[in-house]
Amino acid sequence: MAVKVSMTVNGKSVSHEVEERTLLVSYIRETLRMTGTHVGCDTAQCGACTIHMNGRAVKSCNILAMQAEGASITTIEGVANADGTLHPMQAAFKEHHGLQCGFCTPGMVMSAIDLVKNFPDTTEQQIREQLDGNLCRCTGYHNIVKAIKAAAADPASAKAGV
Amino acid sequence: MYAFKYAKAKSVADAATSIAADPDAKLLAGGQSLIAAMKLRLSQPSALVDLGNIADLRYTRIEGDTLVVGAMSTHAFVAACADVRKAIPALAALAGDIGDRQVRNMGTIGGSIATNDPAADYPAGCVGLGATIITTKRKIAADDFFGSMYETALEPGEIITAVSFPIPKRAAYIKFKNQASRFALVGVFVAETPAGVRVAVTGAGPGVFRVAEMEKALSAKFAPESVANIKVPADNLNADLHAQADYRAHLVTVMAKRAVAKASE
Repeated sequence: MAVKVSMTVNGKSVSHEVEERTLLVSYIRETLRMTGTHVGCDTAQCGACTIHMNGRAVKSCNILAMQAEGASITTIEGVANADGTLHPMQAAFKEHHGLQCGFCTPGMVMSAIDLVKNFPDTTEQQIREQLDGNLCRCTGYHNIVKAIKAAAADPASAKAGV
Repeated sequence: MYAFKYAKAKSVADAATSIAADPDAKLLAGGQSLIAAMKLRLSQPSALVDLGNIADLRYTRIEGDTLVVGAMSTHAFVAACADVRKAIPALAALAGDIGDRQVRNMGTIGGSIATNDPAADYPAGCVGLGATIITTKRKIAADDFFGSMYETALEPGEIITAVSFPIPKRAAYIKFKNQASRFALVGVFVAETPAGVRVAVTGAGPGVFRVAEMEKALSAKFAPESVANIKVPADNLNADLHAQADYRAHLVTVMAKRAVAKASE
């Protein structure tokens, strides 16, 4: 069986026939061929598959593509400017060495953008608590927290939105 | 995941019709437990009826002495809602500490209580506050709603539409988290409600339960020391790789003490 799913991904309308059981992350990676969104644990724990659905961070490995019918989706491919200038959160991760192997990074950045949007005057404690849906096995989180704190204080973040 | 049919319900009535037509169909709320269970092939519905588009199930409102929360209200929505934070801050705090931020953006109160995971937070909130579960067929007291693990009083085809919480004088919820799953190893919800003091425990047993002895002691004196020496028997408590039954029994007392202290702040 196949059903038709339509949504907006990074500002572009997309529509495909999919199996009902297709996960949103599989649709993004395998049908749309956007592989920036990662599958880490595949059990909704690690957060590597984090994307934004209607402006909120969610784990795309634990959502059916059909649940995103009609939704506005932003993936890591959609946060930088068209000219390649990094989103302030990406720039902060680079500046503060908030990544080592980079596998968790797309999910971390998507989660962090949502975090700063919801907690604009965020503290280090709050960042650590609110980041518990994203696991990193390299950095020990220290520089990730530093990067998010810096991005939260950067006036460019508010302007960048996403 | 096994194959299944999928339908998006336009209204509660529409969902009721779809679910009645197929005994092996399941309702899909936020899916944060159901999709995970289906991926593990622990659940094999023939069809999913998605409630995600029914916007009028997502609300909170004060009705007299009660706070009513629509079944499709996400945990993030409940946690951020000004009405909830003012009327029952303990419930807003509970919702704001379920799972992680991404899960809270999808998971719903209706989905959580219909699942009745033995370590979920909402069952403790519902029983601790003496809530009423409102369905398409009737109103069910929380005390009668939750059964043993993953069992509820819901009949086939019955759909939760809202949960009504009496506004307590004071309340607090404290949990000892499993660090990996962020479910409650033990969570205790304590409330001084218009109908008396209630103490509800999640995570420790096969389902949420009340501790009558603590309720009695707290009715006499609402203070942490009232529960400090009350132990629940470990006999029927859960034992797994995360904690033995006697450790969970110990945690019930400790969490209860902390919850009473927090409610007294």
